[in-house]
Amino acid sequence: MAEQQILTGEGKPLKQALRKALRREKMRSLLLIAPLLAFVLVAFIAPIGDMLFRSVENNIVADTLPKTTAALRDWDPAEGQLPDEAAYEALYDDLTVAVEKKIHTRLGSRLNYEQAGMSSLFRKAGRTVRNIEPGSPDIKAQLIESDKDWGDLDTWAILKMYSPAYTPGYFLNAVDAEMGPDGIGMKPENERIYLFLFGRTLMLSIIITCSCLVLGYPISYLLSHLPLSRANLLMVLVLLPFWTSLLVRTSAWKVLLQQQGVINDLLVWSGIVDNAGRLVMINNATGTIIAMTHILLPFMILPLYSVMKTISPTYVRAARSLGATSWTAFWRIYFPQSVPGIGAGAVLVFILSIGYYITPELVGGTSGIFISNRIAYHISSSLNWGLAAALGTLLLVVVMFMFVLYDKIVGIDNVKLG
Amino acid sequence: MKLRTIILASAATVAMGNAALAEDLTIVSWGGAYSASQDNAYHQPFMAENPDVTIINDESSNEAVAKLRAMSETGNVTWDIVDVEGPDSQRLCDEGLAMEIDLNEWTKAAPDGTPAVEDFGDAVINDCFIPQIVFSTTFGYRSDVAAWNGKEPTELCDIFDTETFPGKRALEKRPKKNLEWALICDGVAKEDLYDVLSTPEGVDRALAKLDTIKDDIIWWSAGAETPQLLADGEIVMGSTYNGRLFSVIAEQDQPVKMLWDWQVFDYDGWVIPAGLPDDKLALVKEYIMFATDTQRLADQAKYISYGPARASSQPLVGDHAELGIPMAPHMPTNPANMGNYLVNNILWWADNQDDVEQKFQAWLAQ
Repeated sequence: MAEQQILTGEGKPLKQALRKALRREKMRSLLLIAPLLAFVLVAFIAPIGDMLFRSVENNIVADTLPKTTAALRDWDPAEGQLPDEAAYEALYDDLTVAVEKKIHTRLGSRLNYEQAGMSSLFRKAGRTVRNIEPGSPDIKAQLIESDKDWGDLDTWAILKMYSPAYTPGYFLNAVDAEMGPDGIGMKPENERIYLFLFGRTLMLSIIITCSCLVLGYPISYLLSHLPLSRANLLMVLVLLPFWTSLLVRTSAWKVLLQQQGVINDLLVWSGIVDNAGRLVMINNATGTIIAMTHILLPFMILPLYSVMKTISPTYVRAARSLGATSWTAFWRIYFPQSVPGIGAGAVLVFILSIGYYITPELVGGTSGIFISNRIAYHISSSLNWGLAAALGTLLLVVVMFMFVLYDKIVGIDNVKLG
Repeated sequence: MKLRTIILASAATVAMGNAALAEDLTIVSWGGAYSASQDNAYHQPFMAENPDVTIINDESSNEAVAKLRAMSETGNVTWDIVDVEGPDSQRLCDEGLAMEIDLNEWTKAAPDGTPAVEDFGDAVINDCFIPQIVFSTTFGYRSDVAAWNGKEPTELCDIFDTETFPGKRALEKRPKKNLEWALICDGVAKEDLYDVLSTPEGVDRALAKLDTIKDDIIWWSAGAETPQLLADGEIVMGSTYNGRLFSVIAEQDQPVKMLWDWQVFDYDGWVIPAGLPDDKLALVKEYIMFATDTQRLADQAKYISYGPARASSQPLVGDHAELGIPMAPHMPTNPANMGNYLVNNILWWADNQDDVEQKFQAWLAQ
């Protein structure tokens, strides 16, 4: 059946012309958002992807000790035999090059994450290889003589275990486990900290979210029921601290909460506590909870307020006129309508607080720090970027999980920002 | 059109001319009273002699090793000169992050002709280090604590005596020095210290000793924190660098006293990040030559109580620049202050820091 084609004035098929016009339209709108897309890709997705990739990447062993890695390919630590002379010679060759380039200590630091003592072993080896004559016989004996750890099966087992380009080591570390010569196991009791810190971070974040809700709900209620001019004035009081620098507010809490601080002075002056019994409210979890509740409060108040603004007062009035007490009218009529605001506020505050870093660092002491403080420590002090990336990935997964959980319980449709 | 071209061209010429003349020198140091003393003794006079050079102060020495590693990994070194402690310089040198230099070529000889290396003597600890000062880490305490009933701490181990001396203590958030002090107060003799620390049990023993006061410790990471906390009355005693304590006692007149018992000596000096471009290196060399001569090193001691690293500078140390008090009694090397002391074991810490730090941090977080 020959199709009747509709033609445009220029004699082209209409369908084709239309599609062309639409495509041009699409291209134009794509061009509009292209800068943003490029920006997000370059400045956000790519670096985060690169950082997360570090949680499994492990090229350093093969890059620093290429010959040794090759020599160990057919060696199996389970047989209980030390590698042969050739492996020691390969190690000597690799180390000579590495010492020349001064990269052997970095490898030592890397392997030290997995087994204590590796760092000093490689540092010492750096000094040793300079004293061993190239091509001299029995390198094996000379190396073992310089440090008996080179004669230890475990040292070589770790070397072999970490020679592949990818490793689960960092993720194991992040959950307090380790991969030893005898397989995967938990770390010794006194070195387990990360699961505990994850737990504390979750716990404190929930407490902070709850206290923000308890403090923020009445304020938002008040704000939404006052005449607009007065509500605006009060709103400024909410926003003013919000606009003040985070560091300034955190430092202010330091001044207020410390043992010789304003609040303790007031309590002593009024006789509530005596001078010897000044309260310890900072450099611990209490300090973190108080300061972070204050800092995150606007994130609870603003969504609550904007939702409460839209709740019509006629419903409550109708309930009252039908005989409900003021509590019933609030609880059964008003409160359910404000739930979307609570949802939005709680999600905002919880997700912000779970990744918080600077406030716990300044007021948290050792008992009020979060997992993000450990991530920051590994990024900027210990330089164990792999572990930091693994911890960061786990934190991301936890946030995602909480989000899904929240969606199952409350429903993400119930979240409204106004 | 023509006029505009001329204006643009001349503007460009001026801009390029300025770029060629003006040079920035980023110097990384420790901040606070210490950076101020360097500014007075080195930076200002150097800039007065070289008006086209601008010195930018960066206060990141606390994280120098980490940041230099990160910079070298990303291939973007933005620092020119870095002020670090001896052990850090050893690590930077081992890892090729600091440049190896010939001290005789980079610094002037003493006025009497003694070669630099001899003049610096023991302070020359590795091939990358350009020594500046000898300092010590020691304790300060408040002299007006009512709860102590008129007693004052007289020896290091009073830090661990929370019965007689109740109150918060500040310690550095790093294992170095804390572990040594803990072991000494746990009964280990000075000569056995690093043998004991070299065993895992030794580190555990030190941590167990620190555990006895863990609840009373506020951890600091910047040297200026302890003086601040002491002045606030937030802590009753705390460790920090002796120059910081001098500044809070003598310059700010706070009710604070020094406890010299078991002070830990350390060297501090410059390192040059590896891989600087040649033109920058020339300026860096000029600055180092200037800032490490006999007179300048003695000048720094006018502003802070750290001993100059050059033997020839010692006789030139006089009075404090503003207070006019003699500086000699406040120097850590003054014989009256040297009853018990330790010298930081640089090689041991360079070898073992990774292990011990890992253990210490885990202990801290628990």
